[in-house]
Amino acid sequence: MPDSAHDQLDRVLKRERARILSSLIRTCGGDFDLAEEALHDAVVAAATQWPRRGTPDAPDAWLLTTARHKAIDAIRHDIRKRRKLEELGAMSELTAHPKETAPIPDDLLRLIFTCCHPALNQEAQLALTLRTVVGMPTIEIARAFLVAEPTMAQRLVRAKKKIREARIPYRVPERREMPERLEAVLFVVYLVFNEGYSASSGEQIVRSELCRHAVQVARVLADLMPEESEVLGLLSLMLLQDSRREARTDASGELVLLHQQDRRLWDQAQIREGLAICRAAHEAQSVGAYAIQAAIAAVHARAERSEDTDWTRIARLYERLLIARPTPVVALNHAVASAMAHGPDEGLRLTDALRDDLEDYGPFQAARADFFRTTSRWREAASAYERAIALATNDPERRFLERRLAEVRANDTKA
Amino acid sequence: MQYLLLIYEDEKVLHGKGDDARQDYMREYREFTADIREKGKFVAGDALQPTPTATSVRVRGGKTLTTDGPFAETKEQLGGYYLVDAADLDEAIEIAARIPSAREGTIEVRPIFIYE
Repeated sequence: MPDSAHDQLDRVLKRERARILSSLIRTCGGDFDLAEEALHDAVVAAATQWPRRGTPDAPDAWLLTTARHKAIDAIRHDIRKRRKLEELGAMSELTAHPKETAPIPDDLLRLIFTCCHPALNQEAQLALTLRTVVGMPTIEIARAFLVAEPTMAQRLVRAKKKIREARIPYRVPERREMPERLEAVLFVVYLVFNEGYSASSGEQIVRSELCRHAVQVARVLADLMPEESEVLGLLSLMLLQDSRREARTDASGELVLLHQQDRRLWDQAQIREGLAICRAAHEAQSVGAYAIQAAIAAVHARAERSEDTDWTRIARLYERLLIARPTPVVALNHAVASAMAHGPDEGLRLTDALRDDLEDYGPFQAARADFFRTTSRWREAASAYERAIALATNDPERRFLERRLAEVRANDTKA
Repeated sequence: MQYLLLIYEDEKVLHGKGDDARQDYMREYREFTADIREKGKFVAGDALQPTPTATSVRVRGGKTLTTDGPFAETKEQLGGYYLVDAADLDEAIEIAARIPSAREGTIEVRPIFIYE
């Protein structure tokens, strides 16, 4: 089988690339470019040597060691880099381990936290995480975020330059900084997921890849920080949301709302995993916003039919979420859930208080319109639907609202 | 590695402070400076006279042009600086966050360029 060595190389890279790179970056004194080039050279060496001499027993350690030698070769010719590493005390680290050593799991955490360092802007954090932690090619990241490839490449260059020149340290934050830093990491992971989840723009396939990648990074984090409730919460939330992927769009690619989805299309295996992780997240002493949102998604996931949904429980969970994240949008979701549990008058009462904040927010007007419609206040319903249509961001949503508007206008003339 | 910590603050707010508040502020600054000196982080540091004393200079076509006032009119003005020695950006940020002005103004952290 002439291909088997190459297959093995592909497999090792797929599984271990991020780990190997993360260890390499540490031994290269935090120099991302030096490490990436050295790993690239090591992969080229593997592609020519493994088929001839056989695949080594510990292929990941072989790649790491070879890459380390490639890095030493590279800086031998680069006085600037060598001086910099010497100054950092990293030269000894790089040359100290001639024998093969496997990557250290903690290095992957170092990599993730460095990519999501708050001194980098959000876009740079996203790009760098996808490029280095996930290993996504620059052109695909560019496509997913609807920018030209050179723009994305430039963004990565700038981010790595800042890490190097401003000396952003390659380390896992200390315990006292952990809550804030972890929040930043989870935010980036969830942004990646939502970028993939938000329907109807960009290229569908690349975007669903983003969801998979976000889940993959969350799994790594959950593996390395199993005691962090919010990590489990986010992983569970994404698994449960993503379990509905097949049901979220119809044959023509239009968005299908939760209560109209064919629940037989939901991925039950993923739901089971999501529910189990959600329970684990809620074993913690204090439960944060992601774990609460996962619990809300879990209530939906457990309802066999839309009408089986336990809205009282969801409304209570939103009440808790409001304490953790007191934003107008969460308050709106709470109002909608309360309306489902206790009737549209409750929805109107709760949304009255949000008028100043959310007047120009489409979902707010759509929710208000629906409360008016279900309480037969046709005229108010019509004007809220008009506002909602003006604020709608995609066509399927707009068409849905226009149908509703026609309906309430007809009722208004009858009355 | 050296970082320049540039202290930006609204001069109007600073002027509006009462005597007691200003004394407290000065004391906090003295304590902070003493602390980073003791820990070997301090390289240099000064407060600046407010922007009405500033002069901006440009040479264009061999001619020196001077204008009254700072380089740019901004809501917060450069009012002082520290030059510190820190292991990395995280330490520099930690030091910057302890500058009393960080609570009301903004500290810009800039790594010093190294010529080779």
